[in-house]
Amino acid sequence: MKEFIKHLRYVLTENPVTLIAGAMFVLLIIAAVIGPSIVPYDPMASNASQSLKAPSWDHWFGTDQLGRDVFSRIVVATRLDLSIAVSAVAISFIFGSILGSLAGFFGGWVDRIVGRITDTIMAFPLFVLAMGIVAALGNSVENIVYATAIINLPFYARVSRTEVNVRRSADFVLAARLAGNSSLRLLATHIYPNTLPPLMVQVSLNMGWAILNAAGLSFIGLGVRPPTAEWGIMVAEGAGYIVSGEWWLAIFPGLALMLAVFTFNLLGDGLRDLIDPRRRT
Amino acid sequence: MKRSDKLRIIFGRLIQAIPSIIGIIIVTFILTRALPGDPAVYFAGPAATEKSIQEIRTSLGLDKSMLEQFWIYASNLARGDLGVSVSTGLSVKEELIRRLPASLELTFLALLFSIGVALPLGIAAATRPNSWVDQFCRIVVTAGVSLPVFFTGLFMVYLFYYILGIAPAPLGRLDIIYLSPPSITGFYTIDALLDGDFETFGAALSQMILPAITLGIFTLAPLARMTRGAMLQVLSSDFIRTARASGLKRSTVLYTYAFRNALLPILTTLGMVFSFMLGSNVLVEKVFAWPGIGSFAIEALIVSDYAAVQGFVLAMAILYVLLNLTIDIVYTLVDPRVGLES
Amino acid sequence: MRRRDFLKTMGAAGGAAVIPFLRFLPAEAAGRDDTLVVVSGNGPNSMDIQRKGTNRPSYQIAVNLYDRLVGYSTKTLANGTLMYDYSKLEPEAAESWVVSPDGMTITFKMRKGATFWDGAPITAYDVKWSFDRAVSLGGFPTVQMKAGSLEKPEQFEAIDADTFVIKLTRPDKMTLPDLGVPVPIIFNSELAKKHATADDPWATEYLHRTPAGSGAFMLERWDPGQQVVYKRFEEWKNGELPGISRVIIREIPSASTRRALLEKGDADVSLEMPPKDFAELNASGKYTITGVPIENSMISIGLNLNFEPFANKLVRQAIAYSVPYDQIFKQAAFERGIPLWGGKSLTPATIEWPQPFPYNTDYDKAKALLKEAGYEQGFEVPLSFNLGLAQWSEPMCLLLQESLEKVGIKATIEKIPGANWRTAALVEKKLPMHIKDFGGWLNYPDYYSFWVYQKDRLFNSMNYSNPEVEKITDATLKMEVSDPQYEPNIKKLLSIFFEDVPLIPVYQPYLDVAMQKNITGYEYYAHRQLDCRSFNKASV
Repeated sequence: MKEFIKHLRYVLTENPVTLIAGAMFVLLIIAAVIGPSIVPYDPMASNASQSLKAPSWDHWFGTDQLGRDVFSRIVVATRLDLSIAVSAVAISFIFGSILGSLAGFFGGWVDRIVGRITDTIMAFPLFVLAMGIVAALGNSVENIVYATAIINLPFYARVSRTEVNVRRSADFVLAARLAGNSSLRLLATHIYPNTLPPLMVQVSLNMGWAILNAAGLSFIGLGVRPPTAEWGIMVAEGAGYIVSGEWWLAIFPGLALMLAVFTFNLLGDGLRDLIDPRRRT
Repeated sequence: MKRSDKLRIIFGRLIQAIPSIIGIIIVTFILTRALPGDPAVYFAGPAATEKSIQEIRTSLGLDKSMLEQFWIYASNLARGDLGVSVSTGLSVKEELIRRLPASLELTFLALLFSIGVALPLGIAAATRPNSWVDQFCRIVVTAGVSLPVFFTGLFMVYLFYYILGIAPAPLGRLDIIYLSPPSITGFYTIDALLDGDFETFGAALSQMILPAITLGIFTLAPLARMTRGAMLQVLSSDFIRTARASGLKRSTVLYTYAFRNALLPILTTLGMVFSFMLGSNVLVEKVFAWPGIGSFAIEALIVSDYAAVQGFVLAMAILYVLLNLTIDIVYTLVDPRVGLES
Repeated sequence: MRRRDFLKTMGAAGGAAVIPFLRFLPAEAAGRDDTLVVVSGNGPNSMDIQRKGTNRPSYQIAVNLYDRLVGYSTKTLANGTLMYDYSKLEPEAAESWVVSPDGMTITFKMRKGATFWDGAPITAYDVKWSFDRAVSLGGFPTVQMKAGSLEKPEQFEAIDADTFVIKLTRPDKMTLPDLGVPVPIIFNSELAKKHATADDPWATEYLHRTPAGSGAFMLERWDPGQQVVYKRFEEWKNGELPGISRVIIREIPSASTRRALLEKGDADVSLEMPPKDFAELNASGKYTITGVPIENSMISIGLNLNFEPFANKLVRQAIAYSVPYDQIFKQAAFERGIPLWGGKSLTPATIEWPQPFPYNTDYDKAKALLKEAGYEQGFEVPLSFNLGLAQWSEPMCLLLQESLEKVGIKATIEKIPGANWRTAALVEKKLPMHIKDFGGWLNYPDYYSFWVYQKDRLFNSMNYSNPEVEKITDATLKMEVSDPQYEPNIKKLLSIFFEDVPLIPVYQPYLDVAMQKNITGYEYYAHRQLDCRSFNKASV
């Protein structure tokens, strides 16, 4: 543990960007946890006299068509957006990497079945598949999460299959096998952990994609249910106001979205450095 | 490997793709039928009567049982008949032939842009990890992937067309004053060149620049990061150290040994990126009024136009299989370690 | 056709010399005096209005590319906008017509010298074939013909090439006006018949892709999903030759792009934008915005009587008192309409329709009514809207949701995708509380009642039924407006609507079209499509 903390400090100090990302991540967590209780306005309350006001001291990020405070809505949306991203990625990561590892390790018919499943999903135009799933199941947050998880699953499965496949006959694995480890144990303790660094790159990217995917669904009208505040739907609705000059409606939620995706991506790099044993010196 | 072996393997790969194509046909069929809308009601028009809805239902064959519908669909498919899109009133095959080149042309240009920017960035970043070059690369590509494509698109239209006036009006593949070049490949730029018509070529290209960049920016990140990651891994491996130690030239080590070995994951990513691009075309096409298959699919899905959705997904799936096959072939050429499964 | 030929046919001033510049100056190209550039959110899906599944934007093909026997004359509204005059018909392909004294036969004389695009004369035989087609194909055209008592081919007879006769089974005030709607168009029957087959006797496949008409415009090209281009038919004899020689209608899915195109001068006419954009463009004073109240149309809130609380009249009235009318009108509709709340009395003073209902926002009254009905504790209700109309109905629902909360009613908002809307709202009639935008084509309250308030009608998504409404509606539908019984009956009907409020009207929407200042001649029609024949474009 002590070793780990030392390494953590090393990674953070060696790479200032990761440090910044870490700080932003903490900020996001804080916003998600206590955001709803610190915002200046009720994020759902309309105010006829304050509609479409540009950013000001009273409304830092301006107000929308119904006079709702954009800043409050953005802060409150953090919790929902993080939940969507984390749960979608967690589902696809767990199922994808397990399926992929099994396929890569055992080969044969396991590989063939997993391969066919992932091939089938991959061969779908992914966004349209997500659209179809949400359209068919109904547009709720859970269904957006499931749709996002399903379309991301093959990425994990394929990467971990390749990684396991390359490693299964590596020297250290052969050594462990000779030492009498069972196949599954070998996979779980020796090979699987080694496939994590490349998977981390995927996780970091997918966290962002998950949110963006929800935003895309919002753009064509399949996002979360109003009046729930969610960054994607705010950008999607705000985008229609850019030409008419109400830029703040799209820019600020867009920046929040960007900040979150940024954080996840940069953090992924840091995480990779952290757990990559080869860089642990 | 002998030439005939390779051919056999390619053929084997195609055979292998059949189950997933069948899977896609079934899944799409079920998915479209699970859509909540009733197309017969939708297409019967605003002042429909119970009778006219029933007539439409019969004419669309929706009064038959699910299995029967599937059987009809499958046997039509076997004859190469993809059905008629009810929303556009044309046969799905015709729609795809007309729209696919538009999407592909855009996607290829976007991919070119993406590769042209992402690979050099990724390699530069990997050779000097944690330097300012690396951080710059990280920030640029991450910024690109952090914004929704429709937002980037609309913003670019606003900036370059509405404010600055340097981009052409987002009116689709060609501005109002031009007519499409005689169709040979369906790619307007290529057709215009074949026709020797450089003005139309320029017009078609200029219409593509904004949407292609919008699409390309979004895919910089996976490509650049995978390039960086793969290069880093290879560069820290023993054989590169040996190569360096033995005094080989830096560029030789970098490009001949390292990049070649890093190509594997990059290719995998490239394949994913391409398929992803074809998918996210959907949103870009909507923003730029691009008459591709993506915008066709959105509309079809929204009005529960079964035949159109099925045709679209099938076309994309076949494209994907072909793409994958190409990548697999390139794979074997690059890395002899990974053999093709026969 | 190649681009150069295109330019040639455009009668390009300067010819090849201007070509290199055209690429950089699209605004100027679009600004040509004789070309009208229209941007729209949706395009036609067929060239044949009588085909099954033809969408609404396709009606413009019937309007511009085909002729009917008769057309409507034009009147000018207070704001200067032109509007069709339903009560006065004008000759189109028919030069004149005579109605027999008993009202059972109408005899039309065809216009001399008028031809189809291919030069063939327009004869009574063409009319016969076209009308036979409309009543035989089934679906929409047949229903529409029936509205004018035109039901079977035996009713139509071509005496000779110049004389066409309609025989009626009963005199009907609707027959002649019904001939001016987009449906009863005249096809070039000889041309069409060449493409008819045994399976397809009415040449639906051919006419679906290829118009065969005599209209003021001919089809230059149709790229489905992208654009339609019309060019003027120079030999048109059935009316005044249009002032525009070419019309380009581009499909631009993004509404804000359509606005940008108009503001940049790349488009002459922009359609289907959110009310906010029309309001702002109107306020800027730089564009012509035609706000014509859509006849017989209301944006309203439907309350489904199958949903238990709404079965109680008092609850419905309570809801009508909880609607934030003013806020919706200002923040969702941007005042692009006519208010339909704040009426004075439960008994209507006139038979004007639509007219304000006697409700306003009064939460105390609403609470009192809820208490009286036994719903003091409130209830939960899903509030649905059609996703395709989200631009104004989503803010409307949000404001409504907030207001309902003040009287203890918890509404959850449901977005229903366009394809599912008709199924859920109209066919299954299962949405407890929903936004309605129905508009009747014929401008009478009894006609509205027929579609919306009568039991089991398609648009009665409220599952409303009232024996008196049934009785009065059936009686007034057949009555002439001048009948002394008409007014008292309609007043009675309206007072029932007021009191029962299964439908809470909020406003009567405008049909807005945004145009450059140099564009004139826009005319409003019940079919809500652009009639390009009357447009003119002044040079700037």
